[in-house]
Amino acid sequence: MTTSAARTGRTHTATPTRVTAMDRLAALGRAELTLLLRSKASLVTAVVLPSVMAFAMRGVVKELDLSGTGLSVATVMLPAALAMALFFSVYTNLVGVYVLRRETLVLKRLRTGEVRDWEILVGNALPAFLLAAVQSVLLAIGMTAFLDADAPAAPHLAVFGLFVGVAMLVAAGALTAAFTRTAESAQLTFLPFLLVTMAASGVYAPREVMPDPMADIAAWLPFSPVMDLLRGGWTGGPDGVDQLRAALLALAWTGLAVFGVRRWFRWGPRG
Amino acid sequence: MDTVIETADLRRHYKGFEAVRGVDLTVARGELFALLGTNGAGKTSTLEVLEGQATPTSGTVRVLGRDPYRDRAAVRPRIGVMLQEGGFPTELTVTETARMWAGCTSGARPVAEALELTRLTQRRAVRVKQLSGGERRRLDLALALLGRPEVLFLDEPTTGLDAQSRHETWELIRELKEQGTTVLLTTHYLEEAEQLADRLAIMHGGRIATSGRVADVVAERPSRMSFELPPDFFLGDLPPLAPLGVTRQVNTGRTVRLETADLQRTATGLLLWARDEDVALRGLDARSATLEEAFMEIAKGLESEGAR
Repeated sequence: MTTSAARTGRTHTATPTRVTAMDRLAALGRAELTLLLRSKASLVTAVVLPSVMAFAMRGVVKELDLSGTGLSVATVMLPAALAMALFFSVYTNLVGVYVLRRETLVLKRLRTGEVRDWEILVGNALPAFLLAAVQSVLLAIGMTAFLDADAPAAPHLAVFGLFVGVAMLVAAGALTAAFTRTAESAQLTFLPFLLVTMAASGVYAPREVMPDPMADIAAWLPFSPVMDLLRGGWTGGPDGVDQLRAALLALAWTGLAVFGVRRWFRWGPRG
Repeated sequence: MDTVIETADLRRHYKGFEAVRGVDLTVARGELFALLGTNGAGKTSTLEVLEGQATPTSGTVRVLGRDPYRDRAAVRPRIGVMLQEGGFPTELTVTETARMWAGCTSGARPVAEALELTRLTQRRAVRVKQLSGGERRRLDLALALLGRPEVLFLDEPTTGLDAQSRHETWELIRELKEQGTTVLLTTHYLEEAEQLADRLAIMHGGRIATSGRVADVVAERPSRMSFELPPDFFLGDLPPLAPLGVTRQVNTGRTVRLETADLQRTATGLLLWARDEDVALRGLDARSATLEEAFMEIAKGLESEGAR
């Protein structure tokens, strides 16, 4: 090695510019996006699966007796497609990302630097946000054309539903990762929440077609209010009070998940 | 003296286990301090507290005058950390990894410069998964250096490096020290501490067994001298050994082994005696204590103390 003071020397004299949270999020997000684009399996799961499942649902939805629910095939399928896009690009994807980064000591290394804990979790989720956004737009447009559906009656409800849905699923992803020991088991641990939501929160079939007592219970599940908001985007939705109730319930579940993450998330492998 | 790192009665308990049992440390600005110890001596546990990764169970810790855990937003931009075991996403290249880290680091030097310092320029487009263990260690060091830290914490920085890389890393650490960087490193290699450290501490069982300048720590240990008793001579024919500084004598067969607090006086006395008697001292060997001997004796001594 050559010995020269210039090699290791300080070139600045003033206090260096501090990086901001935005700088750090951008750096983490860029790295994660590179990684996502290099991981074919994750890409297929996140991009192809939701679209295939959404279009494949059509046959099932057509068989449903929607009379008296005020719903149509389009107003069942459109929100369902968005929900699946969120689940596969955000939730299942992030469970895997968080567990892998933790078990390979990446999170531990990151925490020695200036990055704050929440920035690590959000920064790692940024490509998932991008995927979810792009897919939501494409699915909304594609499904509208495919089903010859009407334009959304209250788009702001759908947009709010997407935002709160993504926030809930990021927190749920981190929480699920906390209870997942290995990258291999991350292929399974997302299933309970995914299956319960698909079956009972009104993704596959709207809760309106369930027997009443079941529907009443299912309405309180975490993702049910998100579905109500997404569907409300197209139908014009429930009245103001129910909209508010759905928004508050979704935020409450998200807050609970965030609390769980703060309580249980681990940053390194179990010692 | 401008104190950069300071701990007082630092303790860390894990479930039912006391990993650090009252550590007092002071490191001045620009100093290179080495923390030695056997596995499980508490080096990494101590370092984690200094780096602000963990809080001590009791005791105080100050880095750059602040609490490294509670004031980490203020302390982190001024320190660089290399963990004993840290990870990087395996599918990113060396440059991409460093760029990500630079985006998270205040006042980061250019990525190319950091990679040049650690001799990774040739490997910049290679994915992390294809790097050798030594190259990963150097990447880790490159990231620790990115922010031009005032204080550098290196947990076993040369473990897994080949001899040449190790020497290059030592050279780099020396240069950083010349620039005024304060360095606290842990190591298994006693030679590393002897080469680099201004001061060192040897930890054992969660405590600091001894600390000071390398020469002082070594000087506390006896030097050794050994030779074969010449034919036709008896032990009683040797000059009185205690006045020559000998503290301990062990005889195996005809081999005499001496421990002395004053090697020069012992050697002079015995060699003059040999000349006067006109005898050859076969197998003659005289050596100062080494850090390794100091290390081994501390480890052994404390173990027997612990057994009592």
